[in-house]
Amino acid sequence: MVGIVGYGAHIPRHRITVEEIAKVWGADAPSYKKGLMLREKSVPTPDVDTITLSVSAARNALKRALINPRDIGAVYVGSESHPYAVKPSGTTVAEAIGCVPDCHCADFEFACKAGSEAMFVTLGLVKSGYCKYALAIGGDTSQGAPGDALEYSAAAGAAAFIMGKKDLIAECTATFSFMTDTPDFWRREHEFYPQHGGRFTGEPAYFRTVKGAAAGILKKSGMKPEDFKYVIFHQPNGKFPQRVGKMLGFTPEQIEPGWLAPRLGNTYSGASPIGLTSTLDISKPGDMILMISYGSGAGSDAFVWKVTDRINEARDLAVHTTTLLDKNKTYVDYGTYAKYRHKILKNK
Amino acid sequence: MRDVAVVGIGIMKWGELWEKSFRDIFVEAALNALDDAGVDKIDSLIVGCMTGGLFVGQEHIGALMADYLGQKNIPAAHVESACASGGLAFRQAMIEVASGVSDIVMASGVEKMTDTSGDGATYALAGAADQEYEVFHGATFPGLYAMMARAYMDKYKITRKQLSAIPVKAHKNGSMNPYAQYPFPITLDAVAGGVKVADPLHILDCSPITDGAAACILTTVENAKKMKKPYVKITGSALATDTIALSQRESLYWLKSSEVAGKKALAMAGRKISDIDVVEVHDCFSIAEALVTEALGFHKPGTGVKAAAAGETALDGKIPVNPSGGLKSKGHPVGATGIGQVVEIVKQLRGDAENGRQIKGSPKIGMTQNMGGSGASAVVHILEVA
Repeated sequence: MVGIVGYGAHIPRHRITVEEIAKVWGADAPSYKKGLMLREKSVPTPDVDTITLSVSAARNALKRALINPRDIGAVYVGSESHPYAVKPSGTTVAEAIGCVPDCHCADFEFACKAGSEAMFVTLGLVKSGYCKYALAIGGDTSQGAPGDALEYSAAAGAAAFIMGKKDLIAECTATFSFMTDTPDFWRREHEFYPQHGGRFTGEPAYFRTVKGAAAGILKKSGMKPEDFKYVIFHQPNGKFPQRVGKMLGFTPEQIEPGWLAPRLGNTYSGASPIGLTSTLDISKPGDMILMISYGSGAGSDAFVWKVTDRINEARDLAVHTTTLLDKNKTYVDYGTYAKYRHKILKNK
Repeated sequence: MRDVAVVGIGIMKWGELWEKSFRDIFVEAALNALDDAGVDKIDSLIVGCMTGGLFVGQEHIGALMADYLGQKNIPAAHVESACASGGLAFRQAMIEVASGVSDIVMASGVEKMTDTSGDGATYALAGAADQEYEVFHGATFPGLYAMMARAYMDKYKITRKQLSAIPVKAHKNGSMNPYAQYPFPITLDAVAGGVKVADPLHILDCSPITDGAAACILTTVENAKKMKKPYVKITGSALATDTIALSQRESLYWLKSSEVAGKKALAMAGRKISDIDVVEVHDCFSIAEALVTEALGFHKPGTGVKAAAAGETALDGKIPVNPSGGLKSKGHPVGATGIGQVVEIVKQLRGDAENGRQIKGSPKIGMTQNMGGSGASAVVHILEVA
């Protein structure tokens, strides 16, 4: 038996609305709100990066895991906004939570599914016995070029999961990965912002891949959509997860708890992992949860989780994700956002 | 001049064809046309394509397509008149057969538009406008047609609801076309509530970006009779031009090139506009359909949109317009559109239109109108039951 012994999220408190961004670019805010089902997104302040988000999320996971951090044998951070090109994010995270030096560490990258990659690998390490506990984090301070459609969604946040074999909050009963060479979204070295293939990112990329992963894990697990209490999809906007859910036969009620994009934006590597944290926050023992990530390039990792009795004691040991999302928000204007996101370039 | 007939038509499912290449889609449609005509060898190939160079980086399209169709060594030429390239290909093929230079000619059209970004497609399509006096200053096609729509709607007191009737009718027809890109019905509210592209045009007023190809086999009427296949005669053909820049015209909403080409084609066929039983027109934007039906003479100036809103252009209306679904629902792979129109009219005249969109009463005379840019070129053809 292998699964989650502790989980936690972190979301910065600052927000910018779709209207505020659209105003600057002369764009039609209602069309973004309706077409992409986006209302606002989180904004990282200058003292926030993928490492700080990861540390905060990992600390919340530790609060729920109730373990000695020195027992964590691997720390993997999945992101496409690692602060350093050369030097891992994970070493700083590991130092901050006190699980050094006898620990394996690596940074992962696979567009928006780097976090679920870390989850997949840590589950394997724990299951094989190489580690007693292993920490997987997905987080990003996502990039979207000024004026691009991505700017309305690119947000910041992270989720952390400590995998183990004992005292599980949720057991992982099946995994399935689906992957092809599909270049729908990319950022080359030395470029500030990712580029994307417009409508190519939809049907032949996101939908094909997520549906492929769903078909694979349903077959492997012998389960049907109605066997799950909840489902979480990667959410590059509000619309895609709703649409793919409908295509696959899931109801809006199954999607709702993990469907955060309209008020959070797309936290890239953090997106479906944060959705899993908000879903675990309201789940009950015995609930079955399906999570399917998506990363451009392109691939999906799918996981079946079975919630255990321990959810009832662990749930309130750390802040709930919807509290991070909906309380204590500070709205910023586009100028402040541009300053925070280093979009204003000055001479040295 | 020899009398010319269409003895074969070929089309394929249009749409966002991510898994098929430029040459694949051409070959698929062209093979369907060869099969339909029952021939395996052509004397010449004319390919209409607006800008393979900008969309997929491919020029030298005549030779490429002849090669991939298994017809290398034949004469093959690429013709271009922006979005009217397909119509022009059909006309050039007809002239080649009529003149006696070739006996069996394939007229085809192809465009692969989704292999570039949205901005890339906008840039490529803008090549059909006046680069120096329009595009350089920021005009795009939705912008130009929006100006035409705004001026027309203001002059003739047209409401949003009346204009919306045109795309609603297009999708109703297209929902019955198995080859259409968007084969589903839409509502008046969906058109009015859609995202604004260039006021007053909303997203559902605009034809889409499409990958697609279509082809026809032309030969002499004499040959067609010997082939013992159903055929349709080409009785009228005309090409006309207008100022390339919209700003240089006397009226923003009078499509002179379509008026001139329409009159010439009718004169050649010895027909009146009231003789036409069915027409396929170039509805690149909702407003364009009404401006064209007025320019051709189906409707008096200022009454085109109102006629559509009153149901006069429906399949069972006074003059059915765009039974295929038009550019709006069937799709608009620019270089292929003109040939796609011929395919639909041939089907209607043969009585072969699928899924209940066959016009009742066996139409005998059909017309196609294909247009480049904001109307700087127009090609009109008249096709008749043999």
